[in-house]
This record gives sequence, structure tokens and C-alpha cells, in this order.
Amino acid sequence: MAEDCAQEVMATVWLKAPLFDPSRASVSTWIFTIARNKNIDAFRKQRRPEPEDLTWGPESEPEAVDILTLQQETEQLRLAMSVLPDAQLALLQKAYFGDLSHSEIAIETGLPLGTIKSRLRLALEKLRQSMK
Amino acid sequence: MNDMNDIKHHLHDEILLAYSAGALPEAFNLIVATHLEMCDECRAAAQAFDSVGGVFLDETAKVSMSKDALANTLTLISKMPGIKGSEPQNKIPNPLAAYVGSSLDDIKWRPIGMGVRQAVLKTSKSATARLLYIPAGSVVPDHGHRGTELTLVLKGAFSDETARFTVGDVETADQSLEHTPMADIGEDCICLTATDAPLRFNSWFPRLAQRFLGI
Repeated sequence: MAEDCAQEVMATVWLKAPLFDPSRASVSTWIFTIARNKNIDAFRKQRRPEPEDLTWGPESEPEAVDILTLQQETEQLRLAMSVLPDAQLALLQKAYFGDLSHSEIAIETGLPLGTIKSRLRLALEKLRQSMK
Repeated sequence: MNDMNDIKHHLHDEILLAYSAGALPEAFNLIVATHLEMCDECRAAAQAFDSVGGVFLDETAKVSMSKDALANTLTLISKMPGIKGSEPQNKIPNPLAAYVGSSLDDIKWRPIGMGVRQAVLKTSKSATARLLYIPAGSVVPDHGHRGTELTLVLKGAFSDETARFTVGDVETADQSLEHTPMADIGEDCICLTATDAPLRFNSWFPRLAQRFLGI
């Protein structure tokens, strides 16, 4: 199942490559969103409504300076995440890849829901501070 | 729909994070996507949450795939339909249009009492999405919630004990809030709501209605 899913993600990445805009998302972020949507289709068996892509005028080529800025911001985010306290990073990762709601994380980890919410909030606050 | 700069009530981080992680029920995804289409600020925040997912993906350990993975993928590519261009703009936000058609006029409303009407949308069962039609000056019966309730204003405006909400605003209510939303006097109000547990009405009459109407 995971293997099928991965193959479908790769095929979608190939077909959608012309739509990829390096001034708006890193390659990893873009692939993450495709994999997430495929995962929702395959495992949760539900539709995922998404906002319409914004168009920025006719056939606009991404500006080199925008691409560079985005790469720098991505690097800044990676650094900020690497210095998060372990407990906060682990919870954040679980929120992204455990396919769990916050209450489900509470059940799985045995931590009170309030603790999970405040740890996640702290983690996000730290990331936000370091992205300023 | 992205020039509404006067949105005052935005989506909370907790909801945006869960949207980005793909952990929300369909009804909540629908309301988040509809709000994002109306609100550039939350859209930017959602993209930032996607970038966090991107960094995690980058740092995930590599796993080898089966020997025929490449061949299978190439076969898949040849079978998949090409990528379509954008659909024409609808009168209502695109994510919602996929559920109700292109106009709010086409919705089949059912009365739920006190002049208020609803249309339940077809989503996965773990949460419920519905449209509410509140005639000008009318109130939605006083109710509390067992879970989380998001309410997005699509047309008109309403006020409750906490604030006033206009087009594009989202109210996030949890167990602790009991409220009586009232539409502005001047205009009928249409909202999109998502709830992950049945609403809890506080007088016996709506509670009876709740049993029959499933709200």
C-alpha cells in the first residue's frame, strides 16, 4: 500500500512538474503537499478541498530573486527546527506524519491534551520568532 | 475573492497545522480551503505550515523501493490523465462550489425552525459540514458544542456574545462557548459550518428538533 502510494506520488510529481513554481515553495514542500493529498485519498478515503491556485498574471516567469529568497527562508526554517527542544520537535513531527489529531496524539503518548497543545504552540511560536 | 482585507477573525494555528498535516476530517478541510481562498493572510500561514512538512520530508530516512517501482511508475504516468488548467471562477469560492454547484441560489434548503434553514453537505462521516441560512435579524437557537465548531460567513454578517463576524470571518467555537448567533438586521446571512460532534441546544424544543433533523 505504501509502495503503491509512493509510485502514485512520483507519477503525479512527474505530470505536475510544469506547474511547480520555485519562487512559491521548495521542491520538498511541493512534494510534501502532493504526498499528503495522495495519503488522504488512499488511506482516509475522503476528498481534500483545496483553495484555487492564485495566478499571478499571464505566463509570469518566477523572478530569480524570489527563488533565492525562498531558498534562504527554507534554510532558516530548517535551522530553526533543528534547535527546537526534542520534546517539541517530536510532537510536531507526530502531528505531521502520525496522521493523528491532537486528541489521538494525547491518547497515544499518554500526555494530557493541554500539554500537547501548549507544546505545539510553543514550538510554533519559536519557529515564528526565528523567521522574523 | 482574495481582496478582502477586512477579515478580522482568522483560522487558529491548531486548525491550520492540522490542515497542512492532512489530519482534519473532510468537513473541516472544506471550510479551511474556502476561508483560504478568501484570506491571503491565512493562505500564507498555511503555506508556512506546508514548508515545515517539507523540511520534515527532507530529513526523513531513505527507504528503498521495490525493483519494479520505476517500471510501475512509468506505466502509471502513461495511464494518468494530463493536467487540466484552472477551472473558470465561480460565484462562490471554488472549494465550496465542488460541493454545492456554482451558485448559492441552487442550494436546496430545509427549515430547522425559527426561520433558519440548513443544507447538509455530503462529506466523510467523522464531521459534518452544513450551510446555514439565517434570515435578517433572526437568531440560530442558543446552543453549545460537544466538539469544535467552525463557522465561516459567506454572505451578510452575524453577531453573538463574543463578536461580530462579516464575510470571510471564521468563528472558532469549542465546548466552552454557548452562543446565540444573530444575523444583521439589514441582510440575510449565509454561513458554512463544520462540527465534529452534534450541536447541543439549550431549550427542549430545538433539542427535539435536533433528534429529528440530525443537527
